[in-house]
Amino acid sequence: MKRAPFRLPAQIGERIDRSRTVSFSFEGRTYDGLAGDTIASALASHGVRVLSRSFKYHRPRGALTMAGQDANTLVQLTEEPNVLADTTPITGGLEVRGQNYSGSLAWDRDAWLNAVGRFLPVGFYYKAFYKPLGAWRRWEPVIRARAGLGEVNLDTAHRYYDKAYGFSDVAVIGAGPAGLSAALEAARAGLDVLLVEENPVLGGSLTYARFDADGALGRQRLAELASAVRAESRITVMTGAVCQGLLTENWLPIIQGNRLHKVRARQVVLATGSVEQPVVFRNNDAPGVMQGSAAQRLIRHYGVRPGRRAVVVTGNADGYGVALDLLDAGIEVAGILDLRATPPHEERTDAVRARNVAIYPRYAPWEARRSARGILKGLSAAPIVGHGKCEPADVRLECDLLCMSIGYAPTAQLLHYAGGSVVYDRAAATFAIKSAPAGVIPAGSLDGAYDLETAIADGRRAGMQAAAGLGAPSRGEPPAVRGKNASGWNHPWPIFPHPRGKDFVDFDEDLQVKDIRNAIAEGYDHIELLKRFSTAGMGPSQGRHTALSLARITAEATGRELEIIGATTARPPYSAEKFGHLAGRGFEPVRLSAMHHRHLEAGAEMMPAGLWLRPAYYGPKDRREAAIREEVEAVRANVGLIDVSTLGGLDVRGPDAAEFLNRMYTFAYANQQVGRARYVLMCDQTGAIIDDGVACRFHDWHFYVTATTGGADRVYQTMLWHNAQWRLDVDITNATAAYAGVNLAGPRSREVLAKLATDVDLSAPAFPYMGVRMGTVAGIPARLLRVGFVGELGYEIHVPASAGEALWDALLWAGAPLGIKPFGVEAQRLLRLEKGHIIVGQDTDGETHPYMADMGWAIAKKKPFFVGARAIEAQMKRPLQRKLVGFTLVDPAEPPPEECHLVIREGAIVGRVTSAAFSPSLSRVIGLAFVPPEQTEPGARFSIKVAGGRMIEAQVVKPPFLDPNNARQEG
Amino acid sequence: MKIMPCPLNGPRNITEFACAGEVRVMPDPAAASDAAWADYVFMETNGAGIVREWWCHLPTSYWFIAERNTVTDEIVHTYPAGDVFSARRDFAPKPGGGA
Repeated sequence: MKRAPFRLPAQIGERIDRSRTVSFSFEGRTYDGLAGDTIASALASHGVRVLSRSFKYHRPRGALTMAGQDANTLVQLTEEPNVLADTTPITGGLEVRGQNYSGSLAWDRDAWLNAVGRFLPVGFYYKAFYKPLGAWRRWEPVIRARAGLGEVNLDTAHRYYDKAYGFSDVAVIGAGPAGLSAALEAARAGLDVLLVEENPVLGGSLTYARFDADGALGRQRLAELASAVRAESRITVMTGAVCQGLLTENWLPIIQGNRLHKVRARQVVLATGSVEQPVVFRNNDAPGVMQGSAAQRLIRHYGVRPGRRAVVVTGNADGYGVALDLLDAGIEVAGILDLRATPPHEERTDAVRARNVAIYPRYAPWEARRSARGILKGLSAAPIVGHGKCEPADVRLECDLLCMSIGYAPTAQLLHYAGGSVVYDRAAATFAIKSAPAGVIPAGSLDGAYDLETAIADGRRAGMQAAAGLGAPSRGEPPAVRGKNASGWNHPWPIFPHPRGKDFVDFDEDLQVKDIRNAIAEGYDHIELLKRFSTAGMGPSQGRHTALSLARITAEATGRELEIIGATTARPPYSAEKFGHLAGRGFEPVRLSAMHHRHLEAGAEMMPAGLWLRPAYYGPKDRREAAIREEVEAVRANVGLIDVSTLGGLDVRGPDAAEFLNRMYTFAYANQQVGRARYVLMCDQTGAIIDDGVACRFHDWHFYVTATTGGADRVYQTMLWHNAQWRLDVDITNATAAYAGVNLAGPRSREVLAKLATDVDLSAPAFPYMGVRMGTVAGIPARLLRVGFVGELGYEIHVPASAGEALWDALLWAGAPLGIKPFGVEAQRLLRLEKGHIIVGQDTDGETHPYMADMGWAIAKKKPFFVGARAIEAQMKRPLQRKLVGFTLVDPAEPPPEECHLVIREGAIVGRVTSAAFSPSLSRVIGLAFVPPEQTEPGARFSIKVAGGRMIEAQVVKPPFLDPNNARQEG
Repeated sequence: MKIMPCPLNGPRNITEFACAGEVRVMPDPAAASDAAWADYVFMETNGAGIVREWWCHLPTSYWFIAERNTVTDEIVHTYPAGDVFSARRDFAPKPGGGA
C-alpha cells in the first residue's frame, strides 16, 4: 500500500494502529486511513485541507483546533449532519461530505458570496427581509438553503440511547495535568472520585504539548500521573466522555457514547483547561492556518505532518515548543513571527534559536495569501508599531502551514453554568476566574496555571480542597501555588485589522473586525447585546475563540476598560447533543390490568385511559360501530362484562372514617348503613367537581371508596393533604393496584353470578340495589357492589388483582350458555349517557360546581363542612351562568354533534355540547350540554353549531333518557 | 437538579416531588366572609424570602412542609406537617344542622 504522503513515522503515544487500514470516502473519493484516525487526521495524511465551507461567505475551511472545538470541520455523514471531523473516528465505508456549498467543495458555486460580503453587514437579515409584512416567510427558505448547516436524513434508522445514574464524592472534569493530580489527591484522602475526560486517553496537554527543549518532561509527567491514577482503585475513569453541564447542586450530565450519565457529585473539581486563541488578521481562516496545539495534536496523536513549510506566530514560549515539534517532524520552519519586542531567554526559545530558525521579533501576520482554491500559500508579515497597528508589510514567507500560539482563554463554560464568573485580568492578559460557587473548585490552566509544574501543584491543591470540603482527614498542608495568572503567556493584543477586511473574529459566523465595530457604532455596545446582534460567539464554537477578541474590540471601540466590558456568559450544553441522548430509551409507563391479555385474545381495540390501557371495543377497527352497538345491546337485553380494574379503590379505616368522608365528599355518610353503597362527589376548594365514585361501608370504621380511572392518585393525595391538616383518626390506603374489578351488567347478570357466588344471597331483598357484600365468587374472595352506572341490574366484583384473570375466565364460562359478551369503554360511555350519568372531566370542567351540573341532589346541606362547600355557597349567591342538561335533536335524521360543539344564541356562544351519541336503545341522538339557565326546562329548544358552521336544533330532555324510574337497575 | 431533603425518604431528586403552594391555615368557614374565603382559596402571598410550602413526595404520597428561600431557591428546612398542624381540627355544626 502506498503510504499517505503526510504520514510521519511512528510517534510516541500516537492513537493510530498502523497495522489496520480503514477505507472511507470524502466527497465521493476513496481514501485510506488508519484505525484510530479521525476523519480530519486521515484526510490530512493525504494532504486534504478543505473540509467544509463557511456558513455565510462559503469560504473554504480546514482544521483549526483538532480538538472538536470549532465549526470549521463540520461535515455531513449519510445518516448524520454537523459531525465534527476532527474528533469523529473513521470507520470502514464511511461516506463523508463537506457542508455549505453548491456544486463541489473545491469549486463552490456560491463562493461569490465572499465577493459581495460588504453588502452583507451584520444584522443584514434583520434589516433586509422583514418588509413588507410576510417577506421573511418568502425569503427564509432561500436563506436557510444557502446558510443552513447539514442536512437531516429522515430515513436514518432508529438508534439505541439510554441513561445511567451515578454518584461520587468528587467529580474531576478534565484529565490533564491538573485534573489527574486533583483526582489522585482526593482519592488518597479516601474519597470516591469520578474522572471525566472528553478525549479517548488521559493526559490533556501532556499528550501533545512540548514543555521543554527535548519534549521529555511532558512524557515523564504523563507516565507518572496516568499510571498512578490507573492504580488507584477509588478513581473511576471515564474517557471519551463530555460533561455537558454543571447544574444545581452538582448534578452533572455526562455523555459517553450513546449513554447519558446523570451524576451527582458532592464536590466538583473543574480542570477543563484553556483554549488556544487565534490571531485576528486578513485571511486568518484559510485552510492551513491553525492553532499551534492543533499542529501538535496532528503530529503526536495521529502521526500526521500538518504541512511542508510552516510559519509560527507566537507571543509565548509554547509557540517555540510548537516550532521544535515541527522541526522534529521534518517540517521546514520558514520563520517565527513573535509579537513581542524582545523574546526572552527561555529553554524552548533558546533551543529554537540554536536551530537557526529565522525569528522576527515585533512582527505581525498582516495577510495570509491564498491559492486560487482559497488555501494558504504564503504570508505577508509587517512590523508592529502600536496597538494593532503595523507599518507596510515587508516580509513575505512562502508556507502551507501557519501555527498560531499567542495565548489562551479559560474553558470556563462549566464554571459559568454553576454561577461562577470570569473577569479580564490585566497581568495575565486573559479572562481569569472571579468567583466560583461553593463545592466547585477550579484548577489548572482554567484557573490561570499555564506553567506545567504550577498546574500540577494547583491540581493537588484542588484535590485537597475538595477532600477538606467533605471533612476527609487532612494529609498535610496543601502546596503553595505560585505563578497563577502570570504575564507572558497571553499576548494582550493579537488583533491586526486589515483595511480590506476578511480578518475574522468569529469563524462560525464569518464575522470580521469591521462587523463588530459597526455593530458597536449602531449602539450595541454592551457585550451581551453585541453578541446577540452580531451573533458573535453564537455558532457551534460558542465563543471559545471569539469572546476574548470581542471584549478587546469592544473595549477599544468604546473606550471602556476590559475589566468593565466583562465576558459573555455561557449556557449548557457544553457541546452539541442529540435528542436521542436527552430522550434515552422510550420510557412511557403503561399500566395493564390483570385481564389485559384476555382482552387482546378477544380482539379488543385498546385505548389509553390515564396511564392505563383499556378495551375501547372488541373487534376489528372496521367493525367499530357495529361492535359497540352489539355490546350495548348485549348489556341492555342480556348480559355483558367490562373490566373496571382501572377504577381507583381507596380503603378508609378508623373511628373517624365517616367523618372524614363527610368532609371530603358532598353527600352525607355519617348515617350510612353498613352493607350499603352511596354515591360520592368530590369538589376542590373552589367548588369545582373533580371526582366521583361510590363509598361502600363494610364496617362502622371501614369504607371502600372508588374513584375515577384518571383521578385515583389525585384523590388519594388530596385526601392525605387535607388530613395532614385535620388530623382525623383515619388510615387511608390507595388499594387501586391491589384489586382487579369487573362490572357484570344486564338483565341476566344475577343468573350468571348465581352460578359462581356460593356464599352470598343474591336475591333482590337480601342484596338490594346499592347494597355491598363481601363473599367469594368462584372461590375468590370478593367485594360485591350492586351499583348501576350503566343502568341495568349489575354487580361490580372487586377481587385481589392476582385473581383478576381467573375471575374474568370464570364469569365468561358461567355466562357462556347465556351468550355473555365482554364490552368496552365506548359501549359503557353510551350506556351511561342513556342514564344521564356524567363523566367527570368530560361533562364537567374546572369551573363546574355541583349545581351547575344539575347535581344539587348530591349535596348534604346541613353538615358543618365539606371541601368546596364554602365556595359553592358563595357562587350560589349569584345567578347560575349555565347548567348541564340532557338533549335530543329535533330532526331525527341529524347525525350527533361532537363534544365541544357550541351552543349559540343570537350569534353569541352560550354553551357547549359535552357528550352526544346515537342511542341504539332509543333510536335517536342523545347528549348532554351546557345551556343558559333560562333554556333548561324540558322542551326548551336551543341551537348547536356543528362542523362546517351549520346550525342544528336541539331540545332539552330531562335525563335519564332510558328507564326514568330506574326499574331495570333496581329490579 | 436540586435535592429535596424529605423528612420521610431522605434526600431525593426534586423531580420526585410536587409543590402545592404556601402553607396557609384554612379560615373558619362559618365565620369568614366570602371575600376572605376567596382570598384564602385563590391568593398567595408570593413573598420574597423564606416561605413555608407544602411539598408532596409523589412516589410515596407523603406530604410535608418545606421552608424555602424564594430569593436564593435554598431549601432551608423540611419537617412533617404535624409540626405545624398538631391538633385535630373540627368544624362547628351549622345551626339546625345534623351530623
